[in-house]
Amino acid sequence: MSRYFTDEHEWIEVDGDTATVGITDYAQEQLGDVVFVEVPEADKQVGKGDDAAVVESVKAASDVYAPVSGSVTEGNAALADDPALVNSDPEGAGWFFRLTLSDPSELEGLMDEAAYKEFLATL
Amino acid sequence: MGMNNVGRVTVPQETASDKASATATGNRALMLKEPLIFESGAYDRTGVDIPDAAEVKSRLCGLERDTVIGLPGLAEGETVRHYTRLSRQNYAIDLGLFPLGSCTMKHNPRLNEKVARFPGFADIHPLQPIHSVQGALRVIYQLGEWLKKLTNMPAVSMSPKAGAHGELCGVLAIRSALEARGDAREVILVPTSAHGTNPATAAFAGYKVEDIPATDEGRVDLEALKARLGPDVAGVMITNPNTCGLFERDLKAISDAVHDAGGFVYCDGANFNAIVGRVRPGDLGVDAMHINLHKTFSTPHGGGGPGSGPVVFSEALAPFAPLPFVEEGDDGLLHIIEEETAQEHHGQSFGRMVAFHGQMGMFTRALTYMLSHGADGLRQVAEDAVLNANYVLRAMEDILDAPFADSGPCMHEALFSDSDFAEGFSTLDLAKGLIDEGFHPMTVYFPLVVHGAMLVEPTETESKAALDQFILAFRSVAERALAGDERLKSAPHHAPLKRLDETQAARKPVLVWTDPDPRAEAAE
Amino acid sequence: MRYLPLNDEDRATMLVRVGAETIDDLFVDVPEEAILDGPIRDLPNHASELAVERHMASLAAENSVAGNAPFFLGAGAYRHHVPASVDHIIQRGEFLTAYTPYQPEIAQGTLQMLFEFQTQVARLFGCDVANASMYDGSTACWEAIVMARRITRRGKALLSSGLHPHYVSVCQTMARFTKDDLRVSLPDFGGATDYDALIDQIDSDTSCVVVQYPDILGRIDDMTRLAERAAEHKALLIAVVTEPVALGTIKSPGEMGADIVVGEGQSIGVGLQFGGPYVGLFGCKQKYVRQMPGRLCGETVDADGERGYVLTLSTREQHIRREKATSNICTNSGLCALAFSVHMTLLGEAGLRRLAAVNHAMAVKAAERLEQIDGISVVNDRFFNEFTVHLGRDARDIIRTLADRGILAGVSLGRLYPDAEELADGLVIAVTETVTDEDIEALATALEDILQELGTWA
Repeated sequence: MSRYFTDEHEWIEVDGDTATVGITDYAQEQLGDVVFVEVPEADKQVGKGDDAAVVESVKAASDVYAPVSGSVTEGNAALADDPALVNSDPEGAGWFFRLTLSDPSELEGLMDEAAYKEFLATL
Repeated sequence: MGMNNVGRVTVPQETASDKASATATGNRALMLKEPLIFESGAYDRTGVDIPDAAEVKSRLCGLERDTVIGLPGLAEGETVRHYTRLSRQNYAIDLGLFPLGSCTMKHNPRLNEKVARFPGFADIHPLQPIHSVQGALRVIYQLGEWLKKLTNMPAVSMSPKAGAHGELCGVLAIRSALEARGDAREVILVPTSAHGTNPATAAFAGYKVEDIPATDEGRVDLEALKARLGPDVAGVMITNPNTCGLFERDLKAISDAVHDAGGFVYCDGANFNAIVGRVRPGDLGVDAMHINLHKTFSTPHGGGGPGSGPVVFSEALAPFAPLPFVEEGDDGLLHIIEEETAQEHHGQSFGRMVAFHGQMGMFTRALTYMLSHGADGLRQVAEDAVLNANYVLRAMEDILDAPFADSGPCMHEALFSDSDFAEGFSTLDLAKGLIDEGFHPMTVYFPLVVHGAMLVEPTETESKAALDQFILAFRSVAERALAGDERLKSAPHHAPLKRLDETQAARKPVLVWTDPDPRAEAAE
Repeated sequence: MRYLPLNDEDRATMLVRVGAETIDDLFVDVPEEAILDGPIRDLPNHASELAVERHMASLAAENSVAGNAPFFLGAGAYRHHVPASVDHIIQRGEFLTAYTPYQPEIAQGTLQMLFEFQTQVARLFGCDVANASMYDGSTACWEAIVMARRITRRGKALLSSGLHPHYVSVCQTMARFTKDDLRVSLPDFGGATDYDALIDQIDSDTSCVVVQYPDILGRIDDMTRLAERAAEHKALLIAVVTEPVALGTIKSPGEMGADIVVGEGQSIGVGLQFGGPYVGLFGCKQKYVRQMPGRLCGETVDADGERGYVLTLSTREQHIRREKATSNICTNSGLCALAFSVHMTLLGEAGLRRLAAVNHAMAVKAAERLEQIDGISVVNDRFFNEFTVHLGRDARDIIRTLADRGILAGVSLGRLYPDAEELADGLVIAVTETVTDEDIEALATALEDILQELGTWA
C-alpha cells in the first residue's frame, strides 16, 4: 500500500494493480462546502490526466483528473447522498473512485506525501 | 483537479437575532412577511370573473383533466397585495445605484413602457398579413438602421432573444461562412476574461474552446493570440471594452491577424454602452457583434429578462444571417423574409433561431430610447458612463487594490481585487456589507483573471451626488474588510433576510412547493 | 438631456478629480482612426418626449390591432384577456428594474415569485420540477432535445409532424451544427396524430420523441402509449405545449408519462406583442434536474433560520461551467414569468378551468358554424380551442381578402409550409374567450360570400 499525489491535488492509494483516488485535504479546503459529486461508472476507461469525476461547491465546479490510466471498478456511491464526506474525510471515506491500473509505470511521475507537502508550501 | 473557483460561500453563522424586538406577526413595520400563494390561496378562489361556458358537445373525447391540478387562486386585492409585498423585498434601479459590472443597470425611461403598450404594438399577432402590420415592421427596420449606423456594419439580424442568443447567432454565421468555403474548422479562441456565455456558446455551436491569456495590464495577449492562430481556428470572441473595463486597443491588429489566418472576429457587445456614438466596432474589423438592448438601450432587466440581442454583421457574414428579417420591397411595402420568401432573396441564410420575429416589445422600447437621445445624446451617454466609472476608480484606488489602474483610463467599469483584505475576509463579505449601506453590490468574483474580483459599473444615469454617496459607503465597507471587522462576516444585518444558506439549497434541492401531508397535520 | 443628471459643472469637477483635461483623455486607448469626432451625422439628434411619442404613435397607427376586429389567429401565439392588475404589478419598479437575483438577501421578491412560478408550471405540466423560464417555446424545445441527448447519450430525435414548423426550423438550424440527427415530416390532413408512425420508428438509437399537444393543427391525443414505447427503448418523450390554457381542461403531458414538458407561456399574462418577448416553460422529472438548462430557484434558510429562496444548482450554468455548461442561456424571461405567475394566481384552479371551458365552447361553436358552409370541412375530430379547416382553395388569398374586410381570420398553412402545396388550402383557426358569437358569425358570413364569389377551386 502506498499513496501518491498529483500537482492537481488528487491522491491515489495503490494496492497491487488496484488503486483508490480522491482529492486532498488542501483541495477540499479550497473548494469549500461540497454540494455534489459526479463519480465515474464502473468499466469506464480513463487515461492519465483525463476528466474522471466532477466535484461541485455552491459556486464552483472542478474536474477531477485520473492520476493514472486504467479501468474504473467502482465509484463511491456514498457521495451521492452525502457529498459532505469530501469535506469531513477527504483522504478516507470521501474517496471518489477505484480503478485497475493499466500502466503502473505512470506512478513514477507522481509525488509522495513529503514532496506534496513541499509543493503546497510553494503555493 | 481543475479548479474554477469563483468565491467561497460562507455557511451562515449562528447570529443571535435581537429577540427583544420580535413582533407577534413577524412583521417589522413596513417590512411585511409574505406567505407563498400555496399557503394563502385556495383552489376555489379567483381574482377573475369568467362567464359560464355555453353548453356544447365536447370535442375533448376522453382527454378531460379530471384530477386536481393544484393551482391556488387569490382575489384581486389579495393578489395585488401579495406581489406588492414581495416587490418591497427587492432592490432595484428605481431605488438606487445598481453598480453591477457588465450589466449596465441604467435608468429605464417610462416613455419606453408607455409606447410598448400602445395597442398598435402590444395587440398584434406575429402572423397577421404583412400589410396589416407595416408600422411594426417599420419599427424593426428603423431600429436595425440605427444599429447599423451606430456600429458601421452593413447588415443586422434582429431575432436573437438575448445576449447569449446573439452570440450563438454570430458564431453560427461564422460556422456557415466557413462551411460555405469548404473549410471546416474546429476551434474558437476566447480570452480568459470573457463572460461565461462566450465559451458556452462556442461549445453549444459544436466548437472546441481554447483560452487566450491576458497580459499583466488586463488586455488580450496579442502575441499569444497570433501564435495560436492557424488553419484550425474558426475565430475569436473578443469583448470590447473588455470585462476588466479596458478598451482592447489592439482590436484592429487582432482582427487583421485573425482575418489573415482565415478566421472571423466575434465581438461581445455587452459593454457597448461605453463607446456608443464615439467608436464604431465596424471600423475595427469586427465581423459580428451582438448588442444587448437591455443594457445599452435601456430596456428593463425585469429581474432577469426578457432581453434582446440583435446582431450586426460584416459583408463577409451578412449572406448567412438567420431568418427572418425585414426588407423593403419594390412595392413600397416592408416584407418579412422568412421560409416562404427566403429562397429567392436569402438562399445562404443558416436558418431560423426562434419562432416568429424576435423581441418586438424590446424593439419599440429601444427605438423610443434612441430617438429620445439621438446621435448627440447617445454620444454623451458613453462619455458620462466612462467619466462616472473613472470617478469611482480614482476615488477608491488609494485603499483598494485596483489591478489595472495603471493600464490607462477605465471605460464603463472599474475593477478591484480583495488582495489587501484582512485574513479570512472575502469579497463576499464586502458585498454583503454594501447591502447594509443601502446599495446593491457590484459584480463579484468576475472576471476570473482577478482574485476576488469586484467590478463596478455606475452607468451614465447616476448623478455626482449619488456617486459620492456610493463611494462613501464603498470606502467605509472596504476599510472594514481591510481591518478585519468581524461583524462584516455576518452581514447583511439590515436586509429583509440574513445571509442565506446556499450550501443546504444545493445539497438537498427544494425547487417546488410540496403540500404538507394532511394526515401528519391532523396527528399534531 | 432628460436622462443624464450630470451638468457641465459636474463634468468639469469630475475630470479634475480623475486627472483628465478633457473627456477625450479617457478615450486615449481607442485608436485614432476609429474615434469619431462628433455625433454620427446621418442620425437625428435628441428629441422631446412629446415628439418621440408622436413618432411612435404614428407607427403604431399603421397596424391593424387584433382587438379591433374579429380575430382568429393562433399557431403558437394566442390572444387572451389579461386582467389589468397583471400589468400594474409587472410595472412596479422593484420588479421591472431589478436584475437577476444574484444577491438573494435583497431579491427575495423576485426569488419567491420564481419559486411560485416554478411550482405553478410544474403542476400545470404534471411534472416534478420546472425551471425559472427560457426565452420562448421554440428555444425551449431545442434545449429539451439537447438535454435528452445528454441523458441518453444518443443523437437521434423523432419530431412529430404536428410540431410547430417554426419550432422544427429552430431545431433543424441548431442540429445542422451540432450534428444531431433529426427525423422530421410534414403533417397530413388526417384527423389523427402521427403517434403510431412515431412508435414504429423508435429504436435503440432514439434519444427522444417530440410531440406537440395540442398540435399545430389543433389536434389532441393520448400520449400514454407513446410514453410507454419510448421508455421501453430508454428514449425520452418530450411534449411541447404552445397553448397552456388547454391544460386547464385536458390531461397534462406529465400525467401521461412525458419525461420533459416544454412550452410557450405567452397565453397566460403576456399578450401578443407581435411575437415577443414571450416566456419559455420547461419542466421535467425530478431525476433529470441536474441536466436541466437555465436558472433554478430553491428554498433554504437564512442565518436566523428564516425561510428564504436562492438561485441554486448554478454549477450547471455558463457563468460557472463555461464551455461545459448545460446551455449558454443567461438572461431569460423573468418579467414575463412574473406576468404568467400573477395571471395564474388571479385565475387559480377554478378560474383556469372556467377559462379553458369557455375557450373550448367557443371553438366548438365556431367549428360547428363553419362546417355548415358549403366547401369547408373541419380536419380535426378532437381539439381544444384551435382547429384546421379545408377551404378548397389557397388560404393565403382568402386571408388577405378577409383582412381587407376587417376580419383577421387565422393562419394559413401555406405561410407555415410554403413548400407543401397539398396543405395550401388549410386554415388554422383559434377561438379564445376574446371571440364573441358576433365575431364567429362575421367570419362565417364573410367566408360564405368570398367562397361563393370565387366559385370552386380549379
